[in-house]
Amino acid sequence: MLLIHCPYCKETLPELEFEYAGQAHIARPENPAEQTDAEWRDYLFIRSNVRGDHAEQWRHSHGCGRYFNALRNTVSDKFIATCEIGQACSNGHAEGEENNEQLES
Amino acid sequence: MATQKVKRTMNNWRVDGKGRINRDKHVRFTFDGVSYQGYEGDTVASALIANGVHLMGRSFKYHRPRGPVTAGSEEPNALIGTFRSGAGRFEPNTRATVQELYEGLTTVSQNKWPTLNFDIGAVNDKLHKLFAAGFYYKTFMWPKSFWDRVYEPLIRASAGLGISPTEPDADTYAARYLHTELLIVGAGPAGLAAALTAARNGTDVVLVDENREIGGSLLSEAPTAIDGKNVGNWLIDVIGELEASRNVRVMTRATAIGYYHENMVGVAEKLTDHMASPPANAPRERMWRIRAQEVILAQGALERPLVFDGNDRPGVMMAGAAQTYLNRYGVKVGNAAVVVTSHDSAWHAAFDLADAGVRIPAIVDVRTNVNGYLQSEAQKRGITAKVGHSVTSVSGTKRVSAVKIGRISDDQYVTDITSIPCDAVLMSGGWTPSLHLFSHTKGSLQWDEENEVFLPGEKTERCHIAGGGRGLWSQQAVFDDGVHAAQQALSSLGHNAQPLSVDVEGDRAGSGIVMEELPGNDDKLSRRAFVDFQNDVTAKDIRLAVREGMLSIEHIKRFTTNGMATDQGKLSNMNGLKIASGELGRPTPEVGLTTFRPPYTPTTFGTFAGYHKDELFEVTRKTSIDSWAEENGAVFEPVALWRRARYYPKAGEDMHAAVARECRETRTFVGMFDASTLGKIEVVGPDAAQFMNRMYTNPWTRLAPGRCRYGLLLGEDGFIRDDGVIGRLSEDRFHVTTTTGGAARVLTMMEHFLQTEWPDLDVWLTSTTEQWSTIALNGPNARKVLEPFVKGADISAESFPHMALRECTVAGFEARLFRVSFTGELGFEVNVPSQRGRALWEVLYQEGKKYSMCVYGTETMHVLRAEKGYIIVGQDTDGTVTPADAGLTWAIGKKKPDFVGKRSLTRPDMLLPDRKQLVGLLTEDPDVVLEEGAQIVEAGDTAVPARMLGHVTSSYRSETLGRSIAMALIECGFERVGTSLDIPMPGQTHRATVSRTVFYDPDGDRIKM
Repeated sequence: MLLIHCPYCKETLPELEFEYAGQAHIARPENPAEQTDAEWRDYLFIRSNVRGDHAEQWRHSHGCGRYFNALRNTVSDKFIATCEIGQACSNGHAEGEENNEQLES
Repeated sequence: MATQKVKRTMNNWRVDGKGRINRDKHVRFTFDGVSYQGYEGDTVASALIANGVHLMGRSFKYHRPRGPVTAGSEEPNALIGTFRSGAGRFEPNTRATVQELYEGLTTVSQNKWPTLNFDIGAVNDKLHKLFAAGFYYKTFMWPKSFWDRVYEPLIRASAGLGISPTEPDADTYAARYLHTELLIVGAGPAGLAAALTAARNGTDVVLVDENREIGGSLLSEAPTAIDGKNVGNWLIDVIGELEASRNVRVMTRATAIGYYHENMVGVAEKLTDHMASPPANAPRERMWRIRAQEVILAQGALERPLVFDGNDRPGVMMAGAAQTYLNRYGVKVGNAAVVVTSHDSAWHAAFDLADAGVRIPAIVDVRTNVNGYLQSEAQKRGITAKVGHSVTSVSGTKRVSAVKIGRISDDQYVTDITSIPCDAVLMSGGWTPSLHLFSHTKGSLQWDEENEVFLPGEKTERCHIAGGGRGLWSQQAVFDDGVHAAQQALSSLGHNAQPLSVDVEGDRAGSGIVMEELPGNDDKLSRRAFVDFQNDVTAKDIRLAVREGMLSIEHIKRFTTNGMATDQGKLSNMNGLKIASGELGRPTPEVGLTTFRPPYTPTTFGTFAGYHKDELFEVTRKTSIDSWAEENGAVFEPVALWRRARYYPKAGEDMHAAVARECRETRTFVGMFDASTLGKIEVVGPDAAQFMNRMYTNPWTRLAPGRCRYGLLLGEDGFIRDDGVIGRLSEDRFHVTTTTGGAARVLTMMEHFLQTEWPDLDVWLTSTTEQWSTIALNGPNARKVLEPFVKGADISAESFPHMALRECTVAGFEARLFRVSFTGELGFEVNVPSQRGRALWEVLYQEGKKYSMCVYGTETMHVLRAEKGYIIVGQDTDGTVTPADAGLTWAIGKKKPDFVGKRSLTRPDMLLPDRKQLVGLLTEDPDVVLEEGAQIVEAGDTAVPARMLGHVTSSYRSETLGRSIAMALIECGFERVGTSLDIPMPGQTHRATVSRTVFYDPDGDRIKM
């Protein structure tokens, strides 16, 4: 069972208290009505499926109830970092998303 | 057992002065109805061998006679059924080598009929050429008519290992969490050295071992002395010291079954399986979830069989096992034991047995170079050493009677064959480091070219491997390695580690080589040389798999089932790999090793389930009115996690009669319904209306306080997620209701949007489902029943119209009173604080008697709402239904620029003309009630397969209309209104006319009363 650090409670707690909430940093478009069908499709359905560091949202559902961002490696299944919502977690050497692309290529 | 024979105690195979059994304590037990005697401290296997019994079971596929090949938890052959006292306590596939003996234990053999000695299924062995690897992929193909009538019954009858218990498990199981600084798995020399080191440094230590006592290999193969003491005394001192250390917890009969993320190790502790009369209510096993900061894996190594013709015959076993039976249980496995080996360790086993009076006719070593010291020790004991020799075959079916051996010539062919009579063959193909738990962590394995073993490589967890697991052999080296591992772990923990030295006298160092199948004197084709004993996989099967084109060990494994039995290939994986790599002509590490998965040894389901069974399996949520329903004879049904009253039968009524009456009385007079399970969410804050506008399809800005509105919630993909009536209590406060099953999902979805997309909105969300009891009154008399109790609000039709909301008191209780209806009748829903629910229910029930009121359950609720075409999200919708599909476009705020899911409603697929739409169905025969879920086809379409146009979502007998009604999702449903379609159901196809979904009171007059 994973241990996850809640950036709000500032405690490292068992996975049972948390739930996954999808890929991080997919902002809802400001004005959906102006989105083309293709753009809206991408927002709805297209996800990165990274092999490597994956930026994702988690919720401390059985604790404080807050959503937060996390960087988790999908190969080792280890959490690299967690941070408050609205921030991008640092993996120590690069921006999360950029590192994903490097791993994918 | 009725036909129990009593055998005279035969302990001819006991050796005086050997073993750790308690010879003062005789224990009687039975095996296949025969009574035997053993001693306290025996296993079933050691006690049977002491009675001269090696034949303990039949193999899975060929029904070959089998006896124990090991003395531990890796045993593939000696699987028995055990009957512990009382019903529901039969267990199949118990390893006889692990099951401890106790007075009165009843055991039986498996995979035989009619008896173990005479087994009809053994004909499979004669037909083994038909049953080669992969035969089931090729055999049961033609003719097709045989599939279900011949092949399936045949396969089902022969599949499975042992007989499944038929009664519910009568035992209870416990579960606990444990946190520690250091967990040590295995209490052999490495584990004990590590534990002592850590204990003396004050570290929190948990030491677990699967055996009944600590010691590991020290119990089987004793050096002369440790720290100047004999092993028995040394162990007594060690256990004394560990038990006296407050920072140490030693757990025996505790198997580390799985190594999970972040150093969590699952440990299954057996508590009562060794007891004749367990304490009342004692759990049978306990699952520990141990979270350790550092882990030391000291699981040692497992001895590998050699692969030769007849290596599975009873009496053929691992040399190390024979040593264990002798040194731990005081049992000799035979009177004349031939040793066959590729490793030095079997020589020591031979010496131990010879010193205990067992005749060793020969030590057959396939190596040409063997340590001179071993050869001289053999000579000293008068043992013939046959170096550079191999075994070609074994005689004897139910017990080995002789082996044929010969010299290995330069071309790997065996010549000069002689037969040696014997009653045991002790084999050793060397030792495989036990890295199962390490593999669970996805730790990588590195191939050690010199010793031809996989050793631990890259680690993913904070763990250390010590001793035999690292390929170390001598006990001194293993002790030292345990100390070293503990020092590393302690230093990771930030502790100072004072080193510790353990001094071993009479240590036995050794080495060996790894063999494929042993050289013989034939073309290998007729050999029955077993690799996987439990799944009956031979060396020939593995070579066949390679010839059939399997290149990867993963494919070979699945084709042959090598390593797929309950022992997970503890004995077979390395031999299978060596044979495959030889046949493929590729280096062993390139062919690869299959992955070990938890559990390490078979673990009973009860241990995983723990407390989660019966009433503790899942919570049952009950409303405050539930107790009244129970007292008044309600029949219940589960809805989400709730228990809800389904109907309230009166004497002599079945469900149909009760529901018909409840429907009739509600429409005619008034009915009362417990709606407390409706999800409720309080949405509060200056931006509450704005938030509601963004979440729900409907407009909320202009909804006045004191009014409510039907709310429709979509996912961002535009499909219906939930619905419910939402009341506005004040400018900044909404009382949102959701479906019973959707409450938690809806709140989660709201929180997700609020926290991650709109943190700027000043809104608070609170689940209030369990704060309010909700009582629904529906029917023409509803107001008459309610009105006398309402204070603080005028609920006349004029002042309190449909979809109005008041905060008031009802029967003196604080209340939120809604005028809403899910039946199409005049309706009210009274919300009072939960603890007042039953009191109010009883007040209204008394008053209702004046107005012919009934109480009704969920079944009547379903019928009444269907008569009105009100949908149930999740029943009439399925996650692919848009508001337009469900005929709910009226619920969409046309002027709103945005809400969750709005943009998706104009995606191309959402506008296709052939979408499925929700319509009604009226069967031609009014008495036919369609099956919910039934498929719908064009009228007269008899093609096979027919094109399916949709399915029935809701279907009932309507008392009000005197006929059946149904709702259905049908392709182009709205266009089809008035036309006919067919619904094929078992036995008959029914024709129905498509209709609108509102079957009753289409103008909605009754709701306005």
